[in-house]
Formats: sequence, structure tokens, C-alpha cells
Amino acid sequence: MTTAIGDPQRRTLVIRSSPHIVSGASVDTIMFHVVVALLPISAFAIYAFGLTALTTLGAAIVACVVAEALLNRVAGNSGTLGDWSAVVTGLLYGLTLPPGLPLWMVAVGGFLAIGVGKFLFGGLGYNPFNPALVGRAMLQAAFPVAMTTWLPALTAGRFARLPSSALALPFCEPTYDVLTGPTPLSAWKFDHVAEAASDLALGYVSGSTGETCAVLILLGGVYLALRRMMSWRIPVAILATVALLSAVLHAIEPARYASAPFMLLSGGLMLGAVFMATDMVSSPMTHPGAIVYGVVIGALVVVIRTWGGMPEGVMYAILLGNALTPLIDQQIRPRTYGHAHRQRKAGGA
Amino acid sequence: MPIVQHIGKPAVPTVREGQEVTRGQRIAEPDGFVSVAMHAPVSGTVRRIGPVPSILGQMVTGIWIQPFAGSTQEVMDGPPCDPETASADEILRAIQLAGVVGLGGAGFPTHAKLKIPDGKHCDTLLINGAECEPYLTTDHRVMLEHAEDVMTGIRYLRTLTGAERIVIAVEANKQDAAESLRKAVPPGLGIEVQVLQVKYPQGAEKMLTTALLGREVPSGGLPIDVGCVCTNVATTAEIGQLLPLGRGIQERVITIGGPGVRKKGNYRITIGTPLRFVLDTVGMEDDVTRVFLGGPMMGQAVSSLDIPITKGTTGIIAFTERETGRVAKVREYPCIRCGSCLEACPIFLNPSQLGLLARNGRYEEMANGYHLLDCFECGSCTYVCPSHIPLVQHFRVAKKQVRKLQAKAVP
Repeated sequence: MTTAIGDPQRRTLVIRSSPHIVSGASVDTIMFHVVVALLPISAFAIYAFGLTALTTLGAAIVACVVAEALLNRVAGNSGTLGDWSAVVTGLLYGLTLPPGLPLWMVAVGGFLAIGVGKFLFGGLGYNPFNPALVGRAMLQAAFPVAMTTWLPALTAGRFARLPSSALALPFCEPTYDVLTGPTPLSAWKFDHVAEAASDLALGYVSGSTGETCAVLILLGGVYLALRRMMSWRIPVAILATVALLSAVLHAIEPARYASAPFMLLSGGLMLGAVFMATDMVSSPMTHPGAIVYGVVIGALVVVIRTWGGMPEGVMYAILLGNALTPLIDQQIRPRTYGHAHRQRKAGGA
Repeated sequence: MPIVQHIGKPAVPTVREGQEVTRGQRIAEPDGFVSVAMHAPVSGTVRRIGPVPSILGQMVTGIWIQPFAGSTQEVMDGPPCDPETASADEILRAIQLAGVVGLGGAGFPTHAKLKIPDGKHCDTLLINGAECEPYLTTDHRVMLEHAEDVMTGIRYLRTLTGAERIVIAVEANKQDAAESLRKAVPPGLGIEVQVLQVKYPQGAEKMLTTALLGREVPSGGLPIDVGCVCTNVATTAEIGQLLPLGRGIQERVITIGGPGVRKKGNYRITIGTPLRFVLDTVGMEDDVTRVFLGGPMMGQAVSSLDIPITKGTTGIIAFTERETGRVAKVREYPCIRCGSCLEACPIFLNPSQLGLLARNGRYEEMANGYHLLDCFECGSCTYVCPSHIPLVQHFRVAKKQVRKLQAKAVP
């Protein structure tokens, strides 16, 4: 593309096809800002769950980055290590794990996230599913008990030592030396006890490492949306759908169906809607497509939480949404200027 | 001095080698309708009629004129054309003979564009004062300094098109130009000056038609298909200036800028002047590595400074190592499907998808399923792409291939 042709009298002129200027946007700046947006959430996680949050997040990031480095070499790629994308995956993945999860499991899941979730499909840009969620889903399938054992937030000795479960040896049953308890969602599901909305919003509850403080997650989302590095339509569509559906259900039978604020603020919905579903690679590209995608995910969340066997359904809802993305992009295309609506000729692919 | 003319069908030279010509003398006649006349930009001797370097890198036929040293360069004019009394056909012919082409850069013969096809009706005349690209400010200067000529030009165009409504479009960062035009509007002519949001690529005529009138030009069509004709403000001013004198185009306003240029500004430059002479006159930094004609988004990089200024040259921009290095060093990433290009595309294509198809050489699919041929190569997609994928560059190649295939299909 770039050819130098000598100008005999003076200088070398470089010929290049226009445009001659670029905006300066780049993949690594986008990824870097996602990390920035996740920092307050991570800080709060460490505050709420203590040392174990720090080690979980650290192990998740290290596992992902190491996996990325190794697989880059195996795949012979020019390398996508410097672009922060593995850090983003690692951090997001770590934030979805229960604190106190044995660190070796964290590492296995991190490898799977990058290996199966990303590199198996061709690396950055080609993953059909959000890699962080792929890693988590595989852990959930492999270690269902460890993945649903929850430490309470804000315990007294949380900065002094790690819970024993975190240091469990590989393939050994983790033992818990601290009190474990239900998350607000499982408390509702199995005992019909609803946590106060204010505690949920501020994160004074038990749950996955980074999913508890709804306020900080929203702030991070606003930060990215303002920088135009995130499609705000996706979280808005998801949250609106969840709010609407759960409000209708709650109005029908308040004792059985949780209220809209509870549904919005509990579990992994906020983190999922703002940071997971908005993964650019695995979400639709058009604005209307993004809304359809968000509505589908929102509806699935309510369906799984309400009628499914598990208390939480955000992860599977998003993965299913990811799976629909190619279909959505195929069906919802931008209408090209000067073409009437009639044209939706099959273009193949 | 070389002259190149390559808009539609080439003009036919009417001078011989060795002949002496006077500035303003017609030296080539139009060949057919989509072709315009050429005039001697200087008084001098025709040295040679033969190949001259062009911006495309190839040699094209041209006329070399050696200017007389110390000549007064008085201009030879032709028969004038009165805006009040001339008929539409007379005006069309006069525009063609004056050698007027779209000065916005496309270089399409203006009279051919102004000829309303049978069965079509033009209700609105749009005068395009929305600069076609960033960096360029020629239209701005023309609107400030030649508002009267714009108005005279509009008189001719109104007769030609029969338009009931006339709108001059100016972007919001040129309030002074809008003011200057408003002051120059003669009473009773009913010319509106509309201020638009600053936006690239609004200067493209289809975009302007939509921005001003809310009418969408059908794919493959022209603004006349939705009842309007759009001309560049500089072209209009040129018509207003030349026709009353019966003169032909000899010079044009060009923005010379970019970090590599010492004396930046807008200059009125004689057509046919070699680039090297122009740049030497304004002064060029030593580390200039790229010179391009036009704006930074669509301009063409030149391989040699020996090529001449043509009627279609809107700007001359010189970049130094610092600017070019930044673009050259970035690494291309896989598409991360962020959708920025979809948001940036002014005609709502899916550049991301087109880019993938282009990479795999699926050109026909691009044209049939994704409207490739509607792309007018504004470069916005490449500009915004965080993965630095040369999208528009892919599309240029693809369009060429598709046209080739189509030409083969219809023997």
C-alpha cells in the first residue's frame, strides 16, 4: 500500500491512498478505558470481600494474560498481547467469580476463557461468545458447588487472611472456614426473602466478586458510553426489559415474583448488562440490532430467574444473546442511502 | 507549461507546435457534449503537444506552453453572454466554451450537469458552499470575496434550470460567509442562505440535497431525479465572472496548507502551473514526505511535483514525517465489530462486513448484497476505525474489480 517513489531533485514522496488523516481511535485505547471503568468496581470488591477478592482478580488476570501470550505464540499471530484485551477479559471474568473460589479453579477458568472462548475461534475479533462468560460457564458446569458457595461481604477479618477455600489444592474438595450464605437472589428464590434495594445498590450484600455494587457499575458504564466506547443501547434495552417484565409479574403476584428494583439491582444483571453484553465482538453492530439483542437478553434473564432451576440467569442469557448476534446482524441491516426499504436481498453469508 | 485536461472526453487541441498563443485564447475545442474547451493560461509559444505527467501517475496528452518573458499577459476575451437576455442554450454553450468544470474537485463539465434531461423538472437550485473537505477553505474565501460573482452566476443558472427556489448552503463555522452572501443577494431574487451544521462529507451533493431538502437521491441517480440541481459555490462564482466577459477559465482558487507548508493560505493560481513551482513559491519544510491534491480525506497523493495544477485541484496539502509517520506506523487489527464505521458511513453501508468480504475477494457479493457501488469513497470509515483497517482502500479496489466484471458481462 505504501510505495516510495524518488523525486529526482529533492525528496522522497510517499504515495498512499486517502484518507491521509485518522481519528486516532484504536483498539488498545478502547480496551484500556474499559479497564479504567472497571477499576472502581474492582476497588469496591476488594473493600467488600478483602484479600480474597484481590487474589481472585489477580489470578484471573494473570491466567488470561499468560494464556494469551502462550496461545499467541502457538497460533503464530503477530500478537494481541499489548492491546489490553486479555486484561479486560481477565478482569471481567474475575469479577464474575464468587470470592473464596479456589485459586486453581480461577486459573483453569481463565485459561479456558482465552483458549476456548477466544483463540479457538481465531482470536480477537472472531469470538462469537464473550470469552469471560465462556470461562465462567465452563467452571459453572465443572464445579457447580464451588461456583455457588458465597462468602458474605464485609466480614471482620477479610483483610487479615484468605479463606481456606481459596488455597485448596487442585482437585481437592475446598473447605470453607468462614460462614457462607445465600446471595440475595437465592434467598429470594428459595426462601422468598428480599434484600433491601439500598443495600443492593450499594453492594452491602453477598454475591460474585464484582457484581454487587450496582452504583459503581452504572458509573463505569456511563464513563464508557460518554467516551462512545460502549453501546448504551444494549444495557438500556436489557434493563428496561427486565424492569418492565418483572414489574408486570410483580403486579400479578407480589408474593411469588420479585419487584422490579430487586430484579434490577440483584445478582449479576448490572455487571452483565453494562460490561458483558456490550462486548463489541459478540454483540450486534447496528443500533436497532443492539436493541433487539438487549430485549432478548432481558427477557431471557427474567425467564431463567423466574422459572428456571437456578436463581441467576444473566450469564446464560447473555451467551444465548451472543449466539443470536449473527442472525440479528444478518436480518437487521442498515438501510443504505438511496435504497428503498424493499431491498433485503440475500447477500449470502 | 503543461496543461492537462481529462474530464469526460478529452478536448481536441486547435493549436500547432511552435504557434504563439495569447492568454485566454481557446487552444482546444470540446469534443462532444461531455467535454469542455481549454484556454491558454498564459501568453507564450506552444512548445510541444504530447505526454505530460498527471496525478494518476500516467502520462496524458497535454499542451506545453512556454510563457513569453516579460509579456503583459493581457487576456484575450471572447463574445460576452448577458445574464438577462441570453437563452438557456446560449448559456449552456457559453459555459462549455468557457471551459467550466465542477471546481469542487470532481471536474465534471458543468454545462452537462446543468442540462436538465427531458422529462425531469428542477424546482430547487442548490449552491453548495459547504466545503467539500476539512483543511480546504477555498469556498469560504470565494463566498467572502466574490459574493457578487456568485449572484451573477446564479442569474445564469436560474435561467438554465428554471428553478423556483434557490438555496445557498453554508456551514455554521462560516457565519461571515453567510453574512457576506446575504448582503450580496439582489432584492427581488429570492435567494435563501441556509446555515448547516458542520459535518463531513456534507459537501457531497447527495448529502447536501438530503441535509437541505430532506430528499433522498435514489441509488445510482442524480439530484435532478428528486428535482434539484446542485453546483459548487466556486463554480457558480466562476460562471458569474467569466460569462459576462466571454472569458475562459485560466486560474482558480486553491488552498495550500498542511504542516509542511510555510506560507499557508488560499491562492489564485494559473492552471497548468507545475506543482513544484507553486510549492517553491510558498516554501516547503525540508521533511515533507507526502503531498496530496484535494483534502486530507479524499485527496490524491502525488508521486511527482512535476504535475500541473488542473481545474479540479481544490487544495495542495503537504505533510511532514510527523503526520505521515503516525498513519503509517499503526498496526492493523482484526475487526472488533465495534460498529464505529456503521455510525460514520454517511450512506449507511456496513463497511465492516464489506471489509471482510473484500479481504476474501468476494467482490460481486459486496456489490449485490451490500451496495458497494453506492460508496462514494469519503473515507469516514477508515478515519474512525479503531482497528486501522484500510476500509475505503479495500472498497476502491473492489469497485474497480466489480466494474471490470460488469464490463465483461456486457460485451
